[in-house]
Amino acid sequence: MRAVEVDYARGPALGPFSLEIEAGEIVSLVGPSGCGKSTALRLLAGLEAPSRGQVLRTPGRGETAVVFQAPTLAPWLSARANVALPLELAGTARAAAGVRAREALARVGLAGAEAARPAQLSGGMAMRVSLARALVTEPRLMLLDEPFAALDEITRRALADDVLRLWAGLRPAIVFVTHNVEEAVYMASRVVVMTAGPGRLAGDFPVEGPAPRPAGFRTTPGFRRSVEAVSHALARGMAEGARP
Amino acid sequence: METLAPWVLIALLLAGWEIACRALHVAPYLLPPPSQVAAALIANLATLLSAAWRTLAVAIVALIIASLIAQALAMLVALSSILDRAIRPLASVIQVTPVVAIAPLFLIWAGIDHPERALVALAVVVAFFPIFSGAVAGLKSADPDLERLFALYGASRWQTVTRLRLPSAVPFLLEGHKVGAGLAIIGAVVAEFGAGSGGVRGLAWQILDAGNKLQTDRMIAALAALGVMGVALHGLLARAELAGLRWWRGR
Repeated sequence: MRAVEVDYARGPALGPFSLEIEAGEIVSLVGPSGCGKSTALRLLAGLEAPSRGQVLRTPGRGETAVVFQAPTLAPWLSARANVALPLELAGTARAAAGVRAREALARVGLAGAEAARPAQLSGGMAMRVSLARALVTEPRLMLLDEPFAALDEITRRALADDVLRLWAGLRPAIVFVTHNVEEAVYMASRVVVMTAGPGRLAGDFPVEGPAPRPAGFRTTPGFRRSVEAVSHALARGMAEGARP
Repeated sequence: METLAPWVLIALLLAGWEIACRALHVAPYLLPPPSQVAAALIANLATLLSAAWRTLAVAIVALIIASLIAQALAMLVALSSILDRAIRPLASVIQVTPVVAIAPLFLIWAGIDHPERALVALAVVVAFFPIFSGAVAGLKSADPDLERLFALYGASRWQTVTRLRLPSAVPFLLEGHKVGAGLAIIGAVVAEFGAGSGGVRGLAWQILDAGNKLQTDRMIAALAALGVMGVALHGLLARAELAGLRWWRGR
C-alpha cells in the first residue's frame, strides 16, 4: 500500500499513508479512534479503492480473509454452515465444504458446537466461529479489525493466544487492528502506529520475542519496553493530529 | 390475576350495559341488552359462522395474492434502483387510496356475476403495502459487514440475493404478513360494505342486512363475531411470527 489517501464526503479520512506487509508476518495497527485504521484495512481487503495512491497486493481474491469487530455471523445458519459459507460461495461442493468447516471449527476449539446457531453462542464462541470462517479458506492474508474489542479480558487473552497458535500452523500474514497497546505488542512482530485522523505514520516498532508467546511474556522487560515505546508514539501521534 | 383483568372488565361492561338497558327502558331496536344479543347470536349461529367463513376466505385468498405480488415487486425494487424509483411512488399511491373510494370501480370490472373477485382484489390492495414495504426494507437490511464478506469472497449477485438478502429479510416478511393479514380482513369487510346487497354474503353483509331490517341485536351479534374473528386471527399470526422468528434464529 503506497502513499494511499482516502477522502469521504465528510472530509479526508486517511493518509497519505504507506504500509508494506511481508508474507507471514503479523503487523499490529494502532491509532486513536477515527484515524482510518479500519479504512486502511478495507483498502488492503480490496473492499474500497483509495482516492489517491496505490494498493499493490500479491495475494489474489479468495486468499484474503477479514474478521470484524462483531462476529458478523448469519443468524439463520448453524456455526458449521457459517464457516462453510466462504467455500460454498467459491463453488466448493456442499459436502466437501461441510467437512472442511468441521475441521476449522475443531481447530478453534469448537468441535461439538457445529449445529449451534449464533444466538446460542457466547461472545467469545461466536468470535471463534468467525475466526474459523476466516481460516477455512486457508488465506495468505488475514485482516483482523479490532476482533476482541467487545470481549472481556480473560476471553480476549485466550483468543489472542489462539490466533497466534493458529497462525503458527498456516503462517498467513496478519494485520491486526486494535486500540489496545498491550494487545498490539503481544500479537505482533511489528507495531505500526498511526496519528489521529486523517491517519499518517507515527511510528513503526519491531517487537522482539518468540511467537506464539510463551507464558509470562507480558512481564518480560522487552515486552514492557515495546509497550512504552508504542504508547509514547501514540501519545505524540494524537497530539500531532490534534494540531490544525 | 393479570390474565383475568380484561375478562373482568368485559364482564363489568356487559353487566353495566344490561342493567342500564333494563333500568332506563331503552328501546331494543336502539340498543338491545347483551342478553338479547347473545340470544340472537345463538339463534343465528350457523348463518354467522358461514358468513364469517366467507369473509375469512376472501381475506385469505387476498393475503396469498398480495403476498406473491408484493414479494415479487420488492425483489425487483431491491435489485434495480431504476425500478425502485419507478415502482415506489405507485406503491405509495396504492397505500393512501381509501378502499371504499375504489370499490365501485372494482365492482364494475368484476361484473355482477362475480362480486367476490372485486372483494378479493380490494382486500389485495389493502394487504399489499405492509408486505411490500416490509420486504423492501428486509431485502436491504443485511448486515453491511456480511455484505462486505460476500464481496470479499467474490459472491455473485444471485448468491448475494439468495444466500444473504432473502434470509436477512425473513423477520421483516413475517412482520409484514402479520400486519397484512389483519388489513386483508379489514379490506374484505370494507369491500363488502362497498359491494352492498350484491356482495358476497359475509359478515359485513350480515351487518348491513340486519341494519336494513332494524334487527339491532343481530347486527351487534355479527359485529361481535367480527371482533372475535379479528382477535383470534391476530393471536394466531402473532404466534406464527414468534415461531417463525424462533426457527430463523434457532431459539
